[in-house]
Amino acid sequence: MPRRDSNETRYVPVIVRTYLRLFVAGFRRQSTYRLAALGGLVANTTFGLLKVALLFAAVRTSGGELAGYDVAMMSTYIWISQGMLGSVNLHGRTEIADRIRSGDVAVDFLRPLDVHLASVTTEVGRAVFALIPRGVPSVVIGALLVGMALPDDPWAYPLGAVSLLLGIVVSATTVYLVGVCGFWLLETRGVAILYMVVSGFLAGLFVPIAMFPDWLRVVATVTPFPSMMMYPVDVLSGRVDGAAAVGLVALQVLWLAVTVTAGQLATRAGRRRLEVQGG
Amino acid sequence: MNTIVETDGLGRDFKVRDGVRRRTVVAVERLSLRIEPGEAVGYIGANGAGKSTTIKMLTGILVPTRGTVTTCGLRPVADRRRLAREVGVVFGQRTQLWWDLPVRDSLRLLASIHSLGPAAERTRTDELVDRLELGEFLGTPVRQLSLGQRMRAEVAAALLHSPRLVILDEPTIGLDVLSKQRLREFLVAERRTHGTTLLLTTHDMGDVERLCDRILLVDRGSLVYDGTLAGLSRTVGAERVLVVDLATPTPDLVDVPDTRHLGSEGDGLRQRLAFDPDATTAARVLAALAGRTEIVDLAIEEPDVEEIVRRVYASRR
Amino acid sequence: MGDLAGLTAPYRAVLGSRIRAQRSYRTSFLLDLSSSVLVGLVELAEVWVVFHAVTELGGLDLAAVVLVFGLADLAFSLADLAFGHCDTLPTYLRAGTLDVFYLRPQPLLLQLVTSDISLRRLARAAVGAVALGVGLAVNDVPWSVGSVALVVLSLVSGVATFAAMFVWAAGAQFYLVDGAEATNAFVYGGRYAATQPASVWGRPLVVVFGFFFPMAFTAYLPVVTLLGLPGPDWMPGWLGWCAPLAALWAWALALLTWRAGVRHYQGGGG
Repeated sequence: MPRRDSNETRYVPVIVRTYLRLFVAGFRRQSTYRLAALGGLVANTTFGLLKVALLFAAVRTSGGELAGYDVAMMSTYIWISQGMLGSVNLHGRTEIADRIRSGDVAVDFLRPLDVHLASVTTEVGRAVFALIPRGVPSVVIGALLVGMALPDDPWAYPLGAVSLLLGIVVSATTVYLVGVCGFWLLETRGVAILYMVVSGFLAGLFVPIAMFPDWLRVVATVTPFPSMMMYPVDVLSGRVDGAAAVGLVALQVLWLAVTVTAGQLATRAGRRRLEVQGG
Repeated sequence: MNTIVETDGLGRDFKVRDGVRRRTVVAVERLSLRIEPGEAVGYIGANGAGKSTTIKMLTGILVPTRGTVTTCGLRPVADRRRLAREVGVVFGQRTQLWWDLPVRDSLRLLASIHSLGPAAERTRTDELVDRLELGEFLGTPVRQLSLGQRMRAEVAAALLHSPRLVILDEPTIGLDVLSKQRLREFLVAERRTHGTTLLLTTHDMGDVERLCDRILLVDRGSLVYDGTLAGLSRTVGAERVLVVDLATPTPDLVDVPDTRHLGSEGDGLRQRLAFDPDATTAARVLAALAGRTEIVDLAIEEPDVEEIVRRVYASRR
Repeated sequence: MGDLAGLTAPYRAVLGSRIRAQRSYRTSFLLDLSSSVLVGLVELAEVWVVFHAVTELGGLDLAAVVLVFGLADLAFSLADLAFGHCDTLPTYLRAGTLDVFYLRPQPLLLQLVTSDISLRRLARAAVGAVALGVGLAVNDVPWSVGSVALVVLSLVSGVATFAAMFVWAAGAQFYLVDGAEATNAFVYGGRYAATQPASVWGRPLVVVFGFFFPMAFTAYLPVVTLLGLPGPDWMPGWLGWCAPLAALWAWALALLTWRAGVRHYQGGGG
């Protein structure tokens, strides 16, 4: 923990630099897995093409427009969501979960860093890097093979970038919550599996949420999952624009606040629990 | 009785990707050796000298790049499944037990895998449990065992089907003194009663001294020494070091016969003397000291395998 | 018969112990079972959401697609139950534990396949079985000896085809190791493809998942034949009967890949 004294002001940039380094380390580690990235790209493209076949057919059967999607916009949805797959954690496994199970987290608590923020920063670094070998190529392949719609409004790009980053961060802060269950549960695999099953579906990975029946859409909206993928895709594709797009980003910020607060509280409670039990 | 291991010009290369370029690394150059039934052979060398690669070629896991190899009269790759019945391998670093099952169940499974009949299974299991003292933790899942216990269980697993050749890859690594001792005693007894041939790689001088009557030393994939440990020590001068703790501060003991003073600590309270075991004995050195000063405690340091290997390598370069 | 018992004893012993081990961790096992059910249900929901938004897709209505889903998912889950852990080969390769298989007197592939069994996938199979039952009930199936034979033949061939996919992927892992995801594209992507009406596919997908990895033969083509539906242009009506041929092809591909992979492991790689 940083000491609260006159050094505080000098301490802040140091702390920022530390998190920056964690971010870069997460980024670097990914770059050593080039073959893995290539494999991921093959998987992304294959699943993307299968989604294209099914969802394009669905749009065409409905006379060229389905739940606000035409073929081009559906293509944008498919390839951006495929591209985000490497960056948004939809499998529920995290390093922090392993460190809690093995007890290594006790060492993390000894470092002058916030365990929660450090873990999220590393995960975000990894995720942002994954955009390079997985995200961008997926979108390019999709654009070349199938064609995509581009948003008309120039504001959609910066807003979309913000939304994309927010999506990645919300995914990291949410999956962190799965990991810290390990302070109280002996085995978090069950929670991780539950997360895996539900997150992809409600984040709109296989079918856009707009196509859900009303009640299911409501269920999805009261979870953080659409903030991870569906909202960024909607903003980036221009399917939602203007004030409504800003509204989606605001919703993401709200979920970020909720998940960060929960993460801070859970980390503190977990730390107390560790101290009481003596690790 | 047939030769257990026979290799002729055996070699193995690996292609590794070095960035974009591919280059060939020679793991084993050209190895020609024979191991006869009942021998106990220490296969030593620095890390990366090609020991594991050789073991993998002897057991049919890797195909040689050149040369020939016969193990227990079989061609390892072509006759892998028949060879598996003749060979038992203990890998110090990887397990062949089922981590979530009790030791007893792992042994039963292996008996089944090696198609032991019920009688053979019982006799052999009882023998191994007794000699390796597995009884106290037979019902414990493998993942809960201490390293020493696990290693004994691993050895039992590898020897259950009474193989003619037992290969041990770093069997005592990480074990405490007592566990090492027990394991060595077991292997000596196993060899005596069943005539089992032993081939072991190790970094531990104690393993070599107590288990092996022959040493093969490899350097950069080639055999550089084949003979006894004593012979090897003679060629590189394997000095031992006597460390004595004295009752009172004493001037450096520089003139003890047949020794060389290496250093002193704490005003001469602890002194280190090197001696050549062929020229004198620890007892004689102690006798020479006893008349001059009061010895509180003593220890004898032996050169470890690394040290000998380093000296051999140095003499070749 | 005694010979067979003797030959299979090692495999039965290992499998038996795996089954006992899984059942002994009761809470964990129940958790696995229920999560498997959930996975199956969500996958069904994904199909349902699409067909809820449109009434008919690629010549299938909701009832027909439930039948396709049931057939494909039941076959996949059963294959996954027995062969799914072939996925762990990259872990074995990295840790060197595959070498232990070399020291046992059984064929490597048989050892790998029988090294484990994932009982929790039974729950997943239950979802598939229920979907298949519902699908058979709600569709207008012209029941006869022939149609029963077609369903049984397709199911058995489907299990074999998906099993071959796992073996193919394991063989390819010897080359890829870190690139395991590339094979997932075809194993798990294949499962996803198998639940789709193949009539919506473009030519590349027809080549890859229609024939090279014969996913269309596991469920879609047999259902089209069974219900007498209009299939895609490239499909003659009797093609649904060819699922066993597709399974044979898939196994030929799988065994060749496995063989090449093992050779690569022993010879080229390190």
